[in-house]
Amino acid sequence: MSEFYQWDRAIQPKAFTPDYKTSVLRSPKAALLSLENSLSEVTGPVFNHHDIGPLDHDLIRNYAHGGDPIGERIIVHGRILDENGRPVPHTLIEFWQANAGGRYRHKKDTYLAPIDPNFGGCGRCLSDDNGAYFFRTIKPGPYPWRNYVNSWRPAHIHFSIFGSGFSQRLITQMYFEGDPLIKLCPIVQTITDPAAVERLIAPLDLNASVPLDTLAYRFDIVLRGTRSTLFENRLEGN
Amino acid sequence: MPQELNYLKQTASQTAGPYVHIGLAPGRAGFDIFDHNFGHIMVTPQTVGERIIIEGLVLDGTGTPMRDALVELWQANAAGKYNNPADTQNKPIDPHFRGWGRSPCDFETGFYRFETIKPGQVMGRNGKPMAPHVSLWIVARGINIGLQTRAYFSDEEAANAADPILNLVEQDKRRKTLIASRSERDGQAVYRFDIVFQGENETVFFDV
Ligand SMILES: [Fe+2]
Repeated sequence: MSEFYQWDRAIQPKAFTPDYKTSVLRSPKAALLSLENSLSEVTGPVFNHHDIGPLDHDLIRNYAHGGDPIGERIIVHGRILDENGRPVPHTLIEFWQANAGGRYRHKKDTYLAPIDPNFGGCGRCLSDDNGAYFFRTIKPGPYPWRNYVNSWRPAHIHFSIFGSGFSQRLITQMYFEGDPLIKLCPIVQTITDPAAVERLIAPLDLNASVPLDTLAYRFDIVLRGTRSTLFENRLEGN
Repeated sequence: MPQELNYLKQTASQTAGPYVHIGLAPGRAGFDIFDHNFGHIMVTPQTVGERIIIEGLVLDGTGTPMRDALVELWQANAAGKYNNPADTQNKPIDPHFRGWGRSPCDFETGFYRFETIKPGQVMGRNGKPMAPHVSLWIVARGINIGLQTRAYFSDEEAANAADPILNLVEQDKRRKTLIASRSERDGQAVYRFDIVFQGENETVFFDV
C-alpha cells in the first residue's frame, strides 16, 4: 500500500485568486493543515460497469429525443496516468459541458442561447486496463459569465476523476487547441504556470477521428503518483 | 545540468463551476438522464451499523450558505474497514456498503445531507488508532481546488482525545471545527457539521 506524492503547489491553483472574483469569499484564510496519508486518504470508492449505462459515454445519443444534437461531432479520448507514468485503470470519469451554443441544461443557466432538445450535456465512463478512456460528444460553445463586465469562458469540458484513493480526487476543465479565449480567462489564469495551462489544452488528433463523420481531440490526465517505500515508515501497523 | 527526473506533471485543478450538478447530480440540474445515479443515501436495509444522518451548511466568508456547493463523503464501514483493496486491515468488508456518497447542497436551504452508518475505528499511521471519522471533499464555483476535511463525532470524546490527527491541530478552538455535534430528531441520530470558509469558526482544511 502506498502513499501519494504531495499536491504540486507550483502547478495547482491557489484558493484565493481575486481576479476570479467568486474565489474571494470561497477560499479558506487559514493555512491548510498538512497531514501524512493514512488509510482514509489512500483508499477511495471503487466503481464498476454496473454503475454505468450503455450510452453514458455517448453524449450525441444519451439524451437524443428523435434527433441528433446540433454542433461539431467530436471524440475526446486519452489516458489517466499518475506522475510515475503508470496507468490508472478502472477509475470513474465524469464529464459535463454546455451545448454548441454555450448553453447549459441547468435550471440556473439563463444565457439567451437556446437549449438543444437533443443534448443533455453529461456523461461518464471507466478507464480501461491501460487507463484509456473515450467518449463522443459535440464541441461546446463559449459562453459569457459575470466576472468582469465582458468575460467569456473559452469552450471547455468539465472533468471529474476519482483515481484509486480519495486524495487523488480531481476536478478540472479541458480546453480546445487554438481557442483565443483561453488566455483571456480569469479561471484559466488561476493557474500561474503557463506549462500547466498548456497541459489543459487538448490538441486536434486527426488520427483518432472517424473519416467523414467525427473529429477527435486527445486529453491525457495526470493524477498524483504513489510513493514506493524505500525505507519503512509504517502507514499502518500495531 | 544534473540528470533529469522523468516524472509526469500533475494535471492542474479547475473549479467545478456553478453547473457541477449537470455532470455529478443531473437530477438537481433539472433533468433525468442516467439509469443509475449517485446520491446521498449510502445505506441499504442490509448495511451493518448504526443509522445516522450527517448534515450541515457550507458557509462562505460572509456566513451565507453556498447553495450551489457539492460535498462528497468517504468513510469506513461499521467494523472500521474501507471498501477498497488498499485497506489491508484484517476486518470484514460489508458487501452492502460502498462507503461513499455525494450530496449537492439544497438550492433553498443550503443543507447537504448524508444517510449513512457510523464508521468504526480505523488504524492510523504507526499503530495509532484513529477516532471514528468521515472524510469530506467540497467543490463549488469559486473553489479552484477541492477542499478536504474530516468530521469526527461529538459522542466519541475518549477516542477523539487520542486521535493523532485532531492532536495535530494546535488551537483548541480550531480542533472543535472538526467535531460534528450529535442530536436526536424523530428518533434518528443526526450529526450537524457546518463547513465554514472564513472567520472565527473557519473549518480546518487539510493538505493531504
Ligand atoms: Fe463551464
